[in-house]
Amino acid sequence: MTHIIDRRLNGKNKSTVNRQRFLDRYKKHIKEAVNQTIKQRSIQDMEQGTEISLPSRDVSEPTFHHGPGGVNTRVHPGNKEFHQGDQIARPPSGGSGGGSGDGQASNQGEGMDDFVFQISQEEFLDYMFEDLELPNLVRKQLKDATNFEYHRAGFTSSGTPDKLNVVRSLRNAHARRIALGGKKRKRVKEILDQLVDLEEEQSESQQDNTNEVIRAALIQELEELRHRLGKLPFIDDFDLRYHNLIKVPLPSTRAVMFCVMDVSGSMTQAIKDIAKRFFILLFLFLKRNYKQIDVVFIRHHTTAQEVDEETFFYSRETGGTIVSSALELTAEVIEQKYNPSDWNIYVAQASDGDNWDDDSIKCAKLLMEKIMPQVQYFAYVEIGSRFHQNLWEEYKQVAVAYPDLFAMQDLTDAADIYPVFRELFERKEA
Amino acid sequence: MTERKKNAFKKQFLSEGSEWTFDLLAKYDKKISELAEEFRLDTYPNQIEVISSEQMMDAYASIGMPLMYNHWSFGKQFLGTHKNYQRGTMGLAYEIVINSSPSISYLMEENTMAMQALVIAHACYGHNSFFKGNYLFQSWTDATAIIDYLLFAKQYIQTCEERHGTEQVEQLLDSCHALMNYGVNRYKRPVPLSPQQEEAQQAAREEYRQRQLNQLWDTIPKTKRPKDEKIQRFPAEQEENILYFIEKNAPLLETWQREIIRIVRKLSQYFYPQKQTQVMNEGWATFWHYTIINELYDRGYITEGMLLECMQSHTNVVYQPDFDSPHYNGINPYTLGFNMMRDIKRICQNPTEEDKEWFPNIAGSDWEKTLDYAMRNYKDESFILQFLSPKIMRDLHLFGIRDDQTKEHLKVTAIHDEQGYQELREELSAQYNLGNNEPNIQVYNVNVRGDRSLTLRHYMHDKRPLNKEPTEEMLKHIHSMWGFPVKLESIDDQVVIQCWECPDKTTEEILGKAS
Repeated sequence: MTHIIDRRLNGKNKSTVNRQRFLDRYKKHIKEAVNQTIKQRSIQDMEQGTEISLPSRDVSEPTFHHGPGGVNTRVHPGNKEFHQGDQIARPPSGGSGGGSGDGQASNQGEGMDDFVFQISQEEFLDYMFEDLELPNLVRKQLKDATNFEYHRAGFTSSGTPDKLNVVRSLRNAHARRIALGGKKRKRVKEILDQLVDLEEEQSESQQDNTNEVIRAALIQELEELRHRLGKLPFIDDFDLRYHNLIKVPLPSTRAVMFCVMDVSGSMTQAIKDIAKRFFILLFLFLKRNYKQIDVVFIRHHTTAQEVDEETFFYSRETGGTIVSSALELTAEVIEQKYNPSDWNIYVAQASDGDNWDDDSIKCAKLLMEKIMPQVQYFAYVEIGSRFHQNLWEEYKQVAVAYPDLFAMQDLTDAADIYPVFRELFERKEA
Repeated sequence: MTERKKNAFKKQFLSEGSEWTFDLLAKYDKKISELAEEFRLDTYPNQIEVISSEQMMDAYASIGMPLMYNHWSFGKQFLGTHKNYQRGTMGLAYEIVINSSPSISYLMEENTMAMQALVIAHACYGHNSFFKGNYLFQSWTDATAIIDYLLFAKQYIQTCEERHGTEQVEQLLDSCHALMNYGVNRYKRPVPLSPQQEEAQQAAREEYRQRQLNQLWDTIPKTKRPKDEKIQRFPAEQEENILYFIEKNAPLLETWQREIIRIVRKLSQYFYPQKQTQVMNEGWATFWHYTIINELYDRGYITEGMLLECMQSHTNVVYQPDFDSPHYNGINPYTLGFNMMRDIKRICQNPTEEDKEWFPNIAGSDWEKTLDYAMRNYKDESFILQFLSPKIMRDLHLFGIRDDQTKEHLKVTAIHDEQGYQELREELSAQYNLGNNEPNIQVYNVNVRGDRSLTLRHYMHDKRPLNKEPTEEMLKHIHSMWGFPVKLESIDDQVVIQCWECPDKTTEEILGKAS
C-alpha cells in the first residue's frame, strides 16, 4: 500500500538553524572575508549579497585518514594499452591519472579548494557594519522628539466605541451579574430544595393543607426572585472597558545626508571615485538606521550648486576652489528644507584639501556658527596623498570644539575607504 | 535487452504528456507495484512525498533524514549544496529514499512524469526491497523504529542544549562526529534500536553507568591486594568501537554527554550497512528500474518517448568515464552494480563456456531466484568476490595499479586477461572492504591506576600511515571526551612506527622517554 503525500507546502527552511549556526561558528572568518570583498568590489554591487570563501582547512571536520605512503592498490576502468607487470611513471600528485588516487578523500572537504557559499545582502551589510553605530543618536531621540506614537497601555473605563475591548467588558458584566444576583440566586436554590423536600413529605403523609400553603408561598417567592434576576441588565455602562492609549515620543526616523564634494580642477576622476565610494558606504549605513533618507548633493568649485546624483559624480564642469560656497549652500538648504527637530542631518564632505587661502578661515567660522549646531554628524575626508593644507588645519580646530560631532580623516586610496569609514563610526565606549 | 513483445499487449498508455499529477503518480505506482510483485520484490509499504528543490536541499543537509538534531556541520552541508546548485555545477538527486518502514521516498516536483515513474521504480521498489531483504540491514537496523529514534534524539539534544548551552553540546557533537566511523561494531551484532524502551531505560542506564564507572575508577586503596595480581590491560580485549568505549568508560563525562555519544553511535550504526552495500544497493535499484520501465513499455503502458527519456537518464546514471578522462572520479557504483546484476541474469539465462567454468552453481539457474539470493546474502566486498565475472572485467577494461611509495614506478598488477581475472577480482573486492579503507584503530589500553591515559593502536594496513593533520585534530577530540592524556600508536608487524599524543608530544619524545 502506497501513500502519496504532497509536502511542498511544508516549510522549506528546515536548514535555517543549522545555517545560522555555521555562520555564527565562523563569524570571525566570514567577517574577514567580507572585509576582503569590500576592498575588491566596486561600490555599486555592495548592495548585493556576496560569495564568501573560506579556506576549506578551517571548516573541515577531521576524521582518521590514510596519509600518503605505504602500498596502495586500486582498480581502475578503461584500460587501453597496459599489460600485467608494466611499470608506469608516477603521475604528478593530485592528477586524475591512474594510481595517485586516494579515491575516498575528497568528499570530506580535504581538497585544496576553498569552501564557497553565498550570504544575502542583509547578512553582508550586517557583517560590514557590525560594531558601527551612528554617533549622537541618543540626544536626538530623547530631547528633540516631535513625533508621537500611540501605544496601548492597559484599560480605562471611558473611551470611544472603536477602542472597546469586548472581552474585558463582558467579563466585567459577568462579574457584576454574579455579584448582584448572588443573594437571590442562593435563595432560589434554597426554595428549590425546600420544594423537593415538601414533595417527598407529601408523598409520605397523605394530604396536608399546611404544606400546600407553604408550597404556594414558596412558589410565589420563587417567581418573584426569578423575575428580579431576569431584570439584571446583561451589560451596563460601567462594565465597559476601553483600550488605553498613551502618547510615546517617537525619535525622528528621517535623515538627510548631504554629500559635499569639491569638483575643482585638482579633483581627478580617481579621487572623485574614491569620494563616491565613501558616500555610498555612508548612504548604505544610514539606510540601515533610518526609514527615510534624503540625499542632497552639493558640489562646488568657486560657486556651489545643488545637483542630482548623475551630475554630481560625472559632470566635467570645473574651476577654482572656494569651499565656503558649499558650506553656505548647505546651511541654506538646511534652513529651507530640513528642520533639525524633524530631521537627522548628516554631512559628509570630500575634498582634496585645496582651497583658496583666505577662505579656509571663513569655512571654519561657518561650520562653527551655522552648521555644527544643526547636524548630527559631520565627516570630512581628505583624499589624496599630498600634505595637508590650511583647510585641514582650520578644520582641526572645529574638531576640537565639537569632538563628538565632527570627524576628519584622510584617505589615500580605495582600499582605505572601509577602514577609515569604520574608524569614523566605531562604536565608542560609553 | 530481450526481444520486444510489442504485439502481445494492446497499447493502453497510462499517460502521454510529460506533466505529472497526483492521480497519475498513484496510477503509475499501482502498475509498477503490480510488476514488482510479479518479479517477487518484497518491500516495506511505501510513502511517497513530493517536495520542492529547496526541500531537497534541506534533506541533503541532514544526511537525507526527515528530521535530525541541529548542528553547524549540517548548515555547512546546506550552504555547499545550495551554492553548487545555484551555480549549476551540481544537479540534485532525483530522489532520496529512507530505510524505514514505511519506506519514505522523496520525489522532486520538477521531475517529468517519466522521471517520476523511473524514480518510483528505482527507489520505492528497488531500494526499498533491498533495505528489507539484505542481511546487513536486517540484522543491524530496525526500519520501523528509526524515525521515532530520530525524534527522540532531536528532542534529547535540544533539551541538552537548553540545559547545558548550545556551545557545550556542539563541542561534544563535533567530537562525536569526528569519531563516527569508529562508533560501529563491525563484528558483534547489536540489539536493534527501540525508541520507546530507549526513553524508558534512559534513566536506569544513567544510574547504572555511574555505578560501573565508580567501580572502575575507584581510588580507595584496597586493604589487601593479592601480591601476585598481574597487571592487566583494560580493556582486556581490544575495543574497535571507540565511541562505545568512551561512552561507557570515560571518567569525567556527565551522563547527558554519554547519552549524546550513544545517540551518535546508534546513528552511525544505522548508516553502516549503507556504506557497505553501495554498489549492490545502487546496482539492484538500477537493475530494477531498468527492468520495470522496459516491462512497462513492452506491455504498452508507456509511450516510446517516455521510454527514451527514461533510458537517457538511465544511461547518464550508469556512465563510467575511463581512468584518463577528466571526469573520472573512481569507479561508478551504479555502473559496476548494474552491470553485475545484469550479468548474473545473463549467466543464468545464456551461460557461455567461460561462465560455466567460473560459476558452475548459478549458470543456467532461475535468474530471479539467483539475483534474490545474491541481494539478500552479500555486501559489496563479498558480492564482488563472488560474482564479478571475466566478462564484466573485459567490458569495463579493468586494471589494477599498485602504488608503492618505496618504488619509483607504479606497477600494473593485473589486467582483464586470463592471468589477471582472479587477482583483479580480489583487488576490486578489497577496495570495497571498509576495514582496508578506513584506518584500523582500536582501544588498546587504559592506565587505570596511573595517569588514566588512554592508548589507541592503529594497525597499519599495507604500511599506510595516518594523515598527519587530521590525526592531530582527532586526538584533540578524543582527548576532550576522555579528559586525560590520549596516545595513539601506529603498529606495523608489532613494531611501533609512529606515535601521537595529546596534549602534544612528538614521536621522538614519546619513544625517547620510553627507552
